[in-house]
Amino acid sequence: MFSYCSDPSTLEGLTWLSCYLTTGKHMGLYISVVTVLVLLAITAPVALLFGFAGATAARSRIAPLRWLGKGYTAIVRGVPDIAFFLFFVIALDQAFEWLRHQVKCPDWDAPVRQGNDFVVCDIAKLPLSSSPQWVHETYGFFLAVLTFSIVFGAFASNVLFGAMRAVPQAQLETAEAYGMTRRQTFWRILVPQMWVYALPGLSNLWMVLIKATPLLFLLGIEDIVYWARELGGTKNPKFTDYPHGDWRMWYFLALLVFYLTFTKVSEVVLDRLMKKLTHGQATSGGEAQRKAAA
Amino acid sequence: MKKLILSTAALALTAGFAMADVVRMGTEGAYAPWNFVNDAGEIDGFERELGDELCKRAELKCEWVKNDWDSIIPNLVSGNYDTIIAGMSITAERDEVIDFTQAYTPPDPSAYLALDAGLDVEGAVVAAQATTIQAAFVAEKGWTLIEFATPEETVAAVKNGEADAVLADKSFLDTMAGQDGLVMLERKEAIGGGVGMGIRESDGDLRAKFDAAIQSMKDDGTLNTLIAKWEVSSQW
Repeated sequence: MFSYCSDPSTLEGLTWLSCYLTTGKHMGLYISVVTVLVLLAITAPVALLFGFAGATAARSRIAPLRWLGKGYTAIVRGVPDIAFFLFFVIALDQAFEWLRHQVKCPDWDAPVRQGNDFVVCDIAKLPLSSSPQWVHETYGFFLAVLTFSIVFGAFASNVLFGAMRAVPQAQLETAEAYGMTRRQTFWRILVPQMWVYALPGLSNLWMVLIKATPLLFLLGIEDIVYWARELGGTKNPKFTDYPHGDWRMWYFLALLVFYLTFTKVSEVVLDRLMKKLTHGQATSGGEAQRKAAA
Repeated sequence: MKKLILSTAALALTAGFAMADVVRMGTEGAYAPWNFVNDAGEIDGFERELGDELCKRAELKCEWVKNDWDSIIPNLVSGNYDTIIAGMSITAERDEVIDFTQAYTPPDPSAYLALDAGLDVEGAVVAAQATTIQAAFVAEKGWTLIEFATPEETVAAVKNGEADAVLADKSFLDTMAGQDGLVMLERKEAIGGGVGMGIRESDGDLRAKFDAAIQSMKDDGTLNTLIAKWEVSSQW
């Protein structure tokens, strides 16, 4: 990266370190940090959306919709994450490719399943095998977002379902007495008030989601833990300009700091959000706020 | 209108053929000198150089993909890449699931690395990478086996005393021997049937192309030169 890095064996101390930390390999680590943050930024709202849809469906008056909502939470919550990540993503990917195969290659006569092999025609591949590597990585990334969202959406759905039932019944009855329709009651009375009951559960989920990001490697995405292990491993002078012993401890220490800082910041933000949501609510927290102000 | 559809279909088909020329090469990237990630973050090593040369001879455009060892076969059969070129020994068990090209390195004995040169491996705790021929060998012998996901961890286990010895390809252990008091044991195990490229069973054409390319490299001696350069195995 820097011009003085051309012969690292002559360097020492901080200069060496500055070269070491800016190798192409370390860039991979930094990119993976960004990947994890972007994943969280996309997954959290999408999972919340899944959860909201699931919870709403589970409360529905239409029976099939209710079964769907309840089935979704029950099944996904019951399957171990790792099994879900290993099986579901490959299945999802193959389902997409199979659909494209049906549409794009109707004349294809060979079976899609040949023994162990899954074979679709070339133009049905997703992404096409001729696409550059970054397309493959982006595709994998969105499969990961989808999988994470489905898993965490199921948990969020259960939290929101509980939160919706926690909103005092008197509030809903009052809304009805004012002549609001079911829909109006839902959007104007129930939804704005349920968050205060949902937040403790949702904040738990957020913390678990942060810590679940290393599962990304199961999906073929190079996450922080993969790079920490790869970079920290013993490096032989034959294969690198920056030989060193087993430094995994230091890399994992850096990870520890990263995750702790991240969860701490999250806690602070969630606390503030909780204060805001509590405002004016008929809960003990809301009551305490009212008294403090008065 | 029909003509239009036909010509579009024809176009799509030819485009399909043109695209089929890209071959995605799956490797682990954690097994020096066979394959590893270099300082620049790219795949490097014996198999990188070999694979690039094979693709040139077979007139294929190749792209490298990194995948962890555990799921390297499932991802091949589900079509995420087209070949495995990751120091994978040809075994009957794997051959049931995927096909192999002819071997590009001869069968070499596996070796042990331990802290104590006089160690008797029978009755010792032996570390090996999961789903390798070495792990299968130790399990079959009925010795105590600890498996790890990556080669690096198997060696680290010996250093920190979790295991008494590690069993792996000799060329990989050669890069580690002599460091931190690690010594190679006299005892060697003759397991495995040479290393070849893994290819889907339904992909006979591709296998034939790589077979021919490997044969041509064997014939003109370039394969031996490459083996000598990276010190991965004995020569042909």
